[in-house]
Amino acid sequence: MNLTLQVWRQKNAQSPGRFVTYQAADISPDMSFLEMLDVLNERLIQKGEDPIAFDHDCREGICGACGVVIDGTAHGPRRRTTTCQLHMRSFRDGDEVTLEPWRARAFPVIKDLIVDRSAFDRIIAAGGFVSAPIGSAPDGNAIPVRKENADLAFDAATCIGCGACVAACPNASASLFVAAKITHLGMLPQGQPERMERALSMVAQMDAEGFGSCTNHGECEAVCPKGIPVAFIARMNADFIKASLTKGRRVAQAGEATAG
Amino acid sequence: MTHALGFFRSTIGKKVVMAVTGLILFGFVLGHMIGNLQVYLGPEALNAYALWLRELLHGGGLWIARSVLLASVVLHIWSATSLTLESRAARPIAYRKWEPQASTYASRTMRWSGVILLAFVIYHLMHFTFGNAHPDFVEGDVYHNFVAGFRVLPVALFYIVANVLLGLHLRHGVWSMLRTLGLAHPRYMRFAQGGAALFAAVVVLGNVSFPIAVLAGIVP
Ligand code: HEM
Ligand code: FES
Repeated sequence: MNLTLQVWRQKNAQSPGRFVTYQAADISPDMSFLEMLDVLNERLIQKGEDPIAFDHDCREGICGACGVVIDGTAHGPRRRTTTCQLHMRSFRDGDEVTLEPWRARAFPVIKDLIVDRSAFDRIIAAGGFVSAPIGSAPDGNAIPVRKENADLAFDAATCIGCGACVAACPNASASLFVAAKITHLGMLPQGQPERMERALSMVAQMDAEGFGSCTNHGECEAVCPKGIPVAFIARMNADFIKASLTKGRRVAQAGEATAG
Repeated sequence: MTHALGFFRSTIGKKVVMAVTGLILFGFVLGHMIGNLQVYLGPEALNAYALWLRELLHGGGLWIARSVLLASVVLHIWSATSLTLESRAARPIAYRKWEPQASTYASRTMRWSGVILLAFVIYHLMHFTFGNAHPDFVEGDVYHNFVAGFRVLPVALFYIVANVLLGLHLRHGVWSMLRTLGLAHPRYMRFAQGGAALFAAVVVLGNVSFPIAVLAGIVP
């Protein structure tokens, strides 16, 4: 099949970008979207041109590295599918396809279709963890977990941090990502001691990174390759509201504890 | 104190302000619509109701309600404006192509419906409360003002259009508000979207019926 690609080319974060038109000729419908770009890049290199930069790693939909806004949809036309798992049979011969990077102030473009998602890392560092003693592995079933909670935690934990939620949100909000992490840890007993602080510090970091706010459009859930539900955002809000209301009490307790 | 300010500076805190003030305004539009249904009972009923409102708590009730509503509107607009500006800044370069997947017309036009509603509310107060935008305003004769006001066709049409926008704002707003306040329980959320649409439909149908009833001669 033959396609016309409109690709966003941008040298680095400082320079302005622009769209460049490429012909992707003789593409097999069995190729993945990234393989199609590989083929195009090989031809560009042979011609002595700069290949199109795009992010990828596992190419099997589990690492979260890949991500292109394809024809106005993050990760392209197939639901619950990362860009690397999208195949050219989802397109028709002769299609004109627009390729854009995730667009958000918090995700500056590194080059072409690659953006810097370290804002997500900083949000995780702010509270997306549980404090556990290192050393010997804990006994597997020592802490009972309610089945329903374990399932919900697992659903949330499937988030691969690709950032499609931010890319698709009209407000460039990171709420779905942060909500997935807060739900994942908040549904488990190991996550309880730091649950309130986690909500406060992860939301504070999310705001500090310059993401927008959630207006419940639901675009994030629609493009999420793992189908993380927007209902988790309500869980994050509930934790944040509760943590804000009870902060004074925790500060007082901390004071009592140090006073002895 | 620092932590309270921090809450209101956070995106979620501002959304909570928007949701709580929105809830107050919802309560108001529903009550306002139900109160006005008394126009169908005739001039005595409606004028007596208006008088009762004015004399509630020796005249204090109306001012308490007005203060709460004014504060709600101001805070609602403050949070909406602040969050909108932040969201605009969060995406400095727009997509060339963007296909909506899940959002609704109502959700995408909240800012427009909100601004138009503000203009409508100001006009509505000048029309029926202060009377300076009314062709034949009689202080205290609410029924007369009501009927005479809606006999003007463009005015009636403006009320109808504004209320359809109110319906869109309510439809997304009720649903969004529940999420903002952290209500995620699947058993209840299943009904929330339908409930939001029902609430919006009841308020809009009630309100839109008034100008239509006057124009159709049902309310003489
Ligand atoms: C006066 C001008 C108004 C403006 C500028 C305005 C603007 C907005 C905006 C931008 C939103 C956020 C959209 C979203 O979260 O999806 C919103 C939400 C909302 N609005 Fe308004 N609005 C106005 C009037 C009203 C009125 C008259 C009512 C009620 C009768 C109302 C009730 C609500 C509610 C409950 C929400 C949902 C809050 C939430 O998302 O948690 N608004 N408004
Ligand atoms: S490359 Fe790993 S998810 Fe696509």
